[in-house]
Amino acid sequence: MKRYLPFLIVLLVAVVAVGGGAVLYSAKRPHPLTIPKGKSVSAAKESGEGHALGPADAPVTLQEFGDFQCPPCGRLSEPINQLQRDYKEKLRLVFRNFPLINHLHAREAAYAAEAAGLQGRFWQMHDALYREQAVWSNSADARALFAAYAGYIGLNTERFKLDMDSEKVKERVEADQKQGLSLGVKNTPTIFVNNKEIDPKSLNPTELRAAIDAALKQAKPSS
Amino acid sequence: MAKRNTSTESTTKRSRVPTILYTIAALICLVGLAEATYLTVMNLTGETAVCGGSTSCFEVLGSKYAKVAGIPVAGLGAVAYFSAFTFATFAAFGYRRARMLFALTIAAMFLATLWLLFVQAFLLHAFCRYCLFSAAMIFLLAGIVVSQPATD
Repeated sequence: MKRYLPFLIVLLVAVVAVGGGAVLYSAKRPHPLTIPKGKSVSAAKESGEGHALGPADAPVTLQEFGDFQCPPCGRLSEPINQLQRDYKEKLRLVFRNFPLINHLHAREAAYAAEAAGLQGRFWQMHDALYREQAVWSNSADARALFAAYAGYIGLNTERFKLDMDSEKVKERVEADQKQGLSLGVKNTPTIFVNNKEIDPKSLNPTELRAAIDAALKQAKPSS
Repeated sequence: MAKRNTSTESTTKRSRVPTILYTIAALICLVGLAEATYLTVMNLTGETAVCGGSTSCFEVLGSKYAKVAGIPVAGLGAVAYFSAFTFATFAAFGYRRARMLFALTIAAMFLATLWLLFVQAFLLHAFCRYCLFSAAMIFLLAGIVVSQPATD
């Protein structure tokens, strides 16, 4: 038995390492990849739509006008991601940039997200910017941090830096902002559920869930 | 008779030392394997929580040096730690050839660690806490190799 013991130990460790890695991978896999192919749109700006996550024919659309440097937007980011995971194909998330002038790095952060979007990683950069908001918001060189995030999420950093300064990216942010202004958006986050603005006092996970449930009920009779 | 018993005990104690040291080495390799597996998965998923607000961590893990031919360095580290664990386990069970293979693996890991420390200190001017932790473990493993000659 002792003869086989080292083989058994090594085999056990191999199984635990591979199995543990696989479990961790499935738990941490980025949520955009959990949406079935053909049902996720990561960059549909050409059609006038913001960055969207979820099926185009979902009964409920949650549209957010957000500023990456706005703390309440950052606090709502993960709960909104959770809503998408919970409602799956019943909910479509749309994000539009609305960088506020009083936030020093907000516009550059929006450019960073759009530049990541050009390489198909808008949502990963969106999540990174919100999660690391406290760090880059107070940094003297936020661009260097954005480039580091870009490298970490697997972007071509040289292309990312060029894209951040490109007219295409700036135009996209401007277009989002114009759209927001035309809808009367003044603050962030401003959230619409099926084109109905949510009262800013109700911007918390519980009331957002209630608004989605109500929108789902309304959508059912007509479908 | 008493003197002979003392001599036998001393020989037994000496023969246990390599077993104990290789067992410790195997345990260190397990810690390294767990850390490298975690970092590999985080790198593959792009999960940014791993750096938890550390700018230096992002600068290192997001740099071009964090990948070799598209493979995360942490992934290569996981393979190296697993190999070292395998050889250390067999060496602890008395397989003499495993000692040499363990020493060679640790030598390669030691050189790779020196390169990565150089990159962090002089090219990136930023240090990643995971990388420093791994470097510390490899220095410990190198110490074990030096204290236990691969051949008798």
